[in-house]
Amino acid sequence: MKKFLAAIAVVAILGGCSTQPSAPVDDQSTAAAAAAAAKSGTTTSGATTSGISGSSTGTGGNPLRDPNNVLSKRSVYFEFDSFVVEDKYKAMVESHAKYLAGNKAAKVTLQGNTDERGSREYNIALGQKRAEAVKRVMVLMGAQDVVIETVSYGKEKPKREGHDEAAWAENRRVDIVYFGE
Amino acid sequence: MSPRTDQKNYVSIFRPLRHALAFATLALLTLAPVRAQLTIEIVGGAGTAVPIAIVPFDGEPAGPTSISYIVGQDLARSGLFKLVDPSGVSPRPVRIEEVQAPAWRAKGADAVVVGSAKPLADGRVEVRFALVDVVKQAPLVAMVYAVTPAQFRATAHKIADVIYEKMTGDPGVFSTRIAYITKQGPRFQLLVADADGNDPQVIVTSNEPMLTPRWAPDGMRIAYVSFESKKPVVYVQNLATGSRAAVANFRGSNSSPAWSPDGRTLAVTLTKDGGSQLYLMNADGSNPQRVMTSSSIDTEAMFMPDGKSILFTSDRGGSPQIYRLPLGGGAVERITFDGSYNVSARPFPDGKGFAFVRRDGGRFQIATQDFASRQVQVLTPGPLDESPSVAPNGKLILYANEVGGRGTLAAVSSDGRVKQRLVSQATDVREPAWGPFPRP
Repeated sequence: MKKFLAAIAVVAILGGCSTQPSAPVDDQSTAAAAAAAAKSGTTTSGATTSGISGSSTGTGGNPLRDPNNVLSKRSVYFEFDSFVVEDKYKAMVESHAKYLAGNKAAKVTLQGNTDERGSREYNIALGQKRAEAVKRVMVLMGAQDVVIETVSYGKEKPKREGHDEAAWAENRRVDIVYFGE
Repeated sequence: MSPRTDQKNYVSIFRPLRHALAFATLALLTLAPVRAQLTIEIVGGAGTAVPIAIVPFDGEPAGPTSISYIVGQDLARSGLFKLVDPSGVSPRPVRIEEVQAPAWRAKGADAVVVGSAKPLADGRVEVRFALVDVVKQAPLVAMVYAVTPAQFRATAHKIADVIYEKMTGDPGVFSTRIAYITKQGPRFQLLVADADGNDPQVIVTSNEPMLTPRWAPDGMRIAYVSFESKKPVVYVQNLATGSRAAVANFRGSNSSPAWSPDGRTLAVTLTKDGGSQLYLMNADGSNPQRVMTSSSIDTEAMFMPDGKSILFTSDRGGSPQIYRLPLGGGAVERITFDGSYNVSARPFPDGKGFAFVRRDGGRFQIATQDFASRQVQVLTPGPLDESPSVAPNGKLILYANEVGGRGTLAAVSSDGRVKQRLVSQATDVREPAWGPFPRP
């Protein structure tokens, strides 16, 4: 089901659809996460990678900034109370891991975030755990431990203000930020 | 003693709020689900308030800056006293022997405060007051102070502390200070103010978030977490000089500072060795030592008043719960069991229990738990109550909540009966921290 939703979200973006996908959903937060991900332009890496990676090479620009390159995708979204890096983000995370492995000067900070509910300090720890989950995937995929710093903003820097599931889903997030950006 | 003359800078004022109380009561009655058996829900308001008459002090101009007025406001705000209008008793008593008990009993007063303010030759003012129990017709206390006019507010708070202690048996907290964080647009500020909200002073301004202000036991330093270097770093700032130092700025996140009772040690949460783990360090940041190794989140450490153990939050059992770690060796003990989210433990000064935040369904509420009986008492209705801070006398809990999408502060008595809210101007207020008793 999640893959189905993710696929729809990708189709919506690739097709320039201006409306949200309306699919049968079994879980409101999953749908909202997909919607939020679609809105922020940082969605399901698997499909995005396979569809686009070949076309970005002729530009000669910074691959990190090239909107057609998967490396421009920087956010991993999480379910409520979850630290699991979902499969749909693995290809994107792997691309960053490979970039780090191949560019010795490159360093990243993984910034963990949570939604607004609950203790501020405990949310710092939750965001940290999310950042460390993404780091673990990157290290497994070949990135050096020392070039990745994991930090947490907890609920202190919401990307999207609001008190509904759509805002919460967008704020349960790890951002990949390259040193110097 | 800082000058307390700028009346324009009021940021927040405690106010006992009958409407809010009625609303909160209604909300609890209608919305709270049936809970586990050990939980007691408070749905009533303040019980009995002591009727007390504060006679305007002789030699003082009447008005909101007068000592007798401030004493009355302090006492009324506590929720434990009801002010009796002193007008109409003639002649106005100034000294103990001039208090005619029958006249005050007829007005419904149980106690009467009289006093005077007389200029001294050196420019100071001699402030006298006496507290008389007109039920037993006995004087309870009489004191005299020689103070400068700039110390009038502080003197009034001191007098209110004496009266509060005589009448309730507990020390008053009117002379204490609070810290809190405001957010206005993109700007964050850490402020320190008197417990009644007067005399707010900005001690840090930043364009990045700050959280977790924690008073050192000496009341002279505050530890806090700032994001100004794009990650959480723990600072300790000296209130007298304004100077500060980053005491925990390691790789990863640095957060959740807590002072040991002797002010020499800080507990912090660091991630430098992987995972959010608890460390103890000297108050200057030197010699950080990991206190335990777990594969779970361990954070929100708070020292017990005897300094021999810490309470902390961990998800080691699958959900965030409160645990106790003996610092002299011994096993970690889980303390909370009721519900799937119990965090932010704040021990009471007598060490017999703690305030914390619990989640019930989607509602975050302030509650207390007794160590011996494990009895949980829910004090607030939620839905977004957080960051409790216990007054140094253990009688009030300051906390943050949300009203109309805006962060505000509120207080509830630790027995749940008295509810206060801290009104502020158009700004988001959060992360309250109640300071210690002032050092004599």
